[in-house]
Amino acid sequence: MATTITKLDTLVGRKIKRKEDPRLITGTATYVDDIQMPGMYHACIVRSPHAAAHIRGIETKAALELPGVVAVYTGADVKDVGPVPCGASLPGLRVPHHHILAQDRVYYVGHPVAVVVARDRYIARDAVDLIEVDFDPTDAVADPEKALAEGAPAVHPQWPDNIAFNYHQENGEVDKVFAEAEVVVKQRITSQRLIPCSMETRGVVADYRSGEKALTIYSSSQIPHLMRSLVAGMLGIPENKLRVVAPEVGGGFGCKLNVYAEEALMGFIAIRTGKPVKWIESRREHMQATIHGRGHVDYYEIAARRDGVITGIKLKLIQDLGSYHQLLTPVIPTLSVLMMPGLYRCKTVRADIVGVFTNCVPTDAYRGAGRPEATHGIERMVDILAAELKMDPVEIRLKNFIHSDEFPYATGTGLMYDSGDYTKPLKTALEMANYNELRAEQTKARAAGRYMGIGLSTYGEICAIGPSPATPAGGWESATVRVEPSGTVTVLTGIKPQGQGEETTFSQIAADELGVGFDDVVVMHGDTSVVQYGIGTFGSRATAIGGTAMYLAIQELKTKIKRFGAMLLDSDDVSYANGRCTCNKSGKSVSLAEIAGAAHRAMKLPANTEPGLVASNFWEPPNFTFPFGAHIVVTEIDKDTGAIEIRRYIAVDDCGKVINPLIVAGQVQGGVVQGLGQALYEHGIYDDSGQLLTGEFMDYAIPKASMSPNIEMASTETPTPVNPLRVKGVGEAATIGCSPAVVNSVVDALSPLGVRHLDMPLTSEKIWKVLQGGRA
Amino acid sequence: MIAQNFDYLTPVSLAEAFDLLNDPGAKVMAGGMSLIPMMKLRLAAPERVVDLRHVPGLNKIQQDGAMLRIGAMTTHHELESTPLVRAACPLLAQAAAAIGDVQVRNVGTIGGSIAHADPSADYPAALQALEAEIRIAHRGGERTVLAKDFFQDTFTTALEPNELIVEISVPLEAKCTGASYQKMLQPASGFAIVGIAARVSMDGGKVSMVRVGVTGLGGSSYRAANVEALLVGSEGSAADIGKAAAVVAEGIDANSDIHASAEYRAHLARVYTARALSAAIARAEAQ
Repeated sequence: MATTITKLDTLVGRKIKRKEDPRLITGTATYVDDIQMPGMYHACIVRSPHAAAHIRGIETKAALELPGVVAVYTGADVKDVGPVPCGASLPGLRVPHHHILAQDRVYYVGHPVAVVVARDRYIARDAVDLIEVDFDPTDAVADPEKALAEGAPAVHPQWPDNIAFNYHQENGEVDKVFAEAEVVVKQRITSQRLIPCSMETRGVVADYRSGEKALTIYSSSQIPHLMRSLVAGMLGIPENKLRVVAPEVGGGFGCKLNVYAEEALMGFIAIRTGKPVKWIESRREHMQATIHGRGHVDYYEIAARRDGVITGIKLKLIQDLGSYHQLLTPVIPTLSVLMMPGLYRCKTVRADIVGVFTNCVPTDAYRGAGRPEATHGIERMVDILAAELKMDPVEIRLKNFIHSDEFPYATGTGLMYDSGDYTKPLKTALEMANYNELRAEQTKARAAGRYMGIGLSTYGEICAIGPSPATPAGGWESATVRVEPSGTVTVLTGIKPQGQGEETTFSQIAADELGVGFDDVVVMHGDTSVVQYGIGTFGSRATAIGGTAMYLAIQELKTKIKRFGAMLLDSDDVSYANGRCTCNKSGKSVSLAEIAGAAHRAMKLPANTEPGLVASNFWEPPNFTFPFGAHIVVTEIDKDTGAIEIRRYIAVDDCGKVINPLIVAGQVQGGVVQGLGQALYEHGIYDDSGQLLTGEFMDYAIPKASMSPNIEMASTETPTPVNPLRVKGVGEAATIGCSPAVVNSVVDALSPLGVRHLDMPLTSEKIWKVLQGGRA
Repeated sequence: MIAQNFDYLTPVSLAEAFDLLNDPGAKVMAGGMSLIPMMKLRLAAPERVVDLRHVPGLNKIQQDGAMLRIGAMTTHHELESTPLVRAACPLLAQAAAAIGDVQVRNVGTIGGSIAHADPSADYPAALQALEAEIRIAHRGGERTVLAKDFFQDTFTTALEPNELIVEISVPLEAKCTGASYQKMLQPASGFAIVGIAARVSMDGGKVSMVRVGVTGLGGSSYRAANVEALLVGSEGSAADIGKAAAVVAEGIDANSDIHASAEYRAHLARVYTARALSAAIARAEAQ
């Protein structure tokens, strides 16, 4: 029974509890590992323990003799499958052929070498230990700067310089500006390798129906449609014979914005054996063989006038790519280049990227993907410049901000910033922090020998990725909206949430637009046989682009609803509001449920109108969106141990129009904590031989609830003109704003010791060593 | 993260447990908070896991004269939350509360932890400072070992293969005694980079008794007798504490790993010793 109640309140802008959460917190959601099929096999992968080695031979006999083992496949069996795709196209890009199982060499610890298929996952795992791979280890290189050095081991023998690409971008008279600069500051800044730790690891189930020649792949993915296109190509099957389902996805953060060897491998096994097969990634595999993030060594130079106005920015960016290109690996540092001027007016920029192969797992998109690195760089450099000029970090930012009346603003890196009022969140944050009093307190603390720091970042980001010409695989998004015969509403969206909450925000928007109840809207996603083609969820794009596609589909649908309403009311002047179509003359009205019933029963149809109530929209955005914000962090250093205390964390984010403040707050909190992880704790460490030293949670420190500070939050709202919802995006914002604010705060605390820069993570020992040096 | 195949056995008496453990492929489990991860990583592959959870009498907490007797299967949570322990032996309750997270504390046991003897575990520091007695049973008999003799080296104790820890005894704290356990957390694992347990009795404005236990610094926990000797008889002033704490790492081959260098660990040991002593003295004086 439809409950198309008359609604008086709008839902957009209100704190609505997420409709996804009950199933998530009661353990009743369906993830890949919850899928069970009759006769299903289980796969377990043999991975390389070496960062670089020749494979002399693989002995599988003992494994095959283990009762319950069905098959073992090695590189020779799958040499014609794939390769694992790289979606990037940069001029001169060197792309190694990325087989789904290693052929004669391995290139990183965790490189898949063989796969066991067995009747249960325990037997499969036991059989992995029975496979003997004769490795002949060779020299490896795990550090991008060492990989560039003369005589370094070649990751791929055909490219002894280890360079995958060089990329150059420039605007303005850079050399002249630097030659004439009143002041130039330089700094090497790293953004260390991070391991994206989604709560759910990856997992794949593949199911082949030989009669229909139809393959279904269930995968924990952010991009089921793109995966369908790419995996069909890898396996050589028609795209319309492959269905990809991304069921509940327990976090992605970019690491599931990819197509991995395992998806094609499970498809291959299902086709070869004729039985469904499941592979669930272990946490150790996740840390070794799922993409990592960041991995930058950046050399910055800033030219400025003595009054603090920045006149030029130079960046040499060394990107640790790892051993292969995953889907977007080489693209990520180019996003850093786009973002390198931050919120500042300076248009004279030069960037040179060197993409470097190392014997490590590939890097790729991780929450922020290129933008945190760039923001960290520019926000550190602005503070370094302020220190050089003895200016307050607030003052120098205000002096360089693009003014609110200058939008749209063309940057020196080729972007067109849509809208902004950068002083607004900064002023809000300064008021919340009581900035002047904090500085006074700091003066007293310093006099008392304490190390108190006040740091800020004013960050921007590129969201709503993106216009199709700027993305490797289409940057639009799709929606189909149906009013079912009973009057309930079904939304099919091409995005694929992994926890962001679009079932809730899209329901809010649809309920407002169609005048139906929040619970009368069902948002479906993630199944290529249910949902029209779409792009997916990443780059803070889902609401801005996917939400807009839905909004526009609803507008078309409303036209059709009114045609049926006019027919039923026998009127040529009707309006539609609050779930009812009303004759503007008689005041008589019909409900959406009545209209939907009539549209499907189709006893009578309005002129030139098809039966049913459905509309689709594929929306191509005209531009990115550019959210911004200001974070302020107050720290105090324990001078005996070097431990950093986050005394206060203030986050003011401007993500355009807010659909649901509860969800925005959740994204900001999670984003800040993930940023704190990079700033203080996390580091994916490979030793010189390419062994991953942080391969489990006993050694890789993601922040836990007990390590998370109270976050004082506020929002300002500067709508975007780019889309009719006026939303920008918030999924990555706080992560981007966090790490520079924390490091700026700690550097500020230690500035009396002459400290100008510290690289992340700011471990207690690192700070203690600085304190030791300062005392000496 | 799948362990090798194993039999899971649940004896209901000590005698049965000894029977089952009389098998070189058997491994005792007393909570499993270390054993299970090792098995899942295939660093341990016992053919039989003998879980002590159904052996009666191993999880009692009893006062016995001047001693507190704690069954080996008592969970960390029970130790941190039981009023008798919190009142009579606050140091042990503090060390228990510092372990891992809630889930680990709900399942992990004191006997399992000390038998494993992780060099960064929290209990050993407290048990060294408490001069705990560890009662160990074997088929047909038992013996008692002092903490200082029990913890021998990294993952190495005085326990023989055919023995089980049944009870840990610690003294009831006397009046005028204060205690404190202070640790720096390794941010990934929650284990101690360095953990210091201190007990101090004050009498007439002087330190009449002091015990310091150290974990995380070297291959095994230890009692820092040199610190104690410097502090006892003093007024326990900041200067006295500083002088005593300065020697805590002397002669110790400090651990070094990606989480802390040997130099930093030794420094932290001095800092945390001073902090634990200060807190213990403040508590003793507040009695």
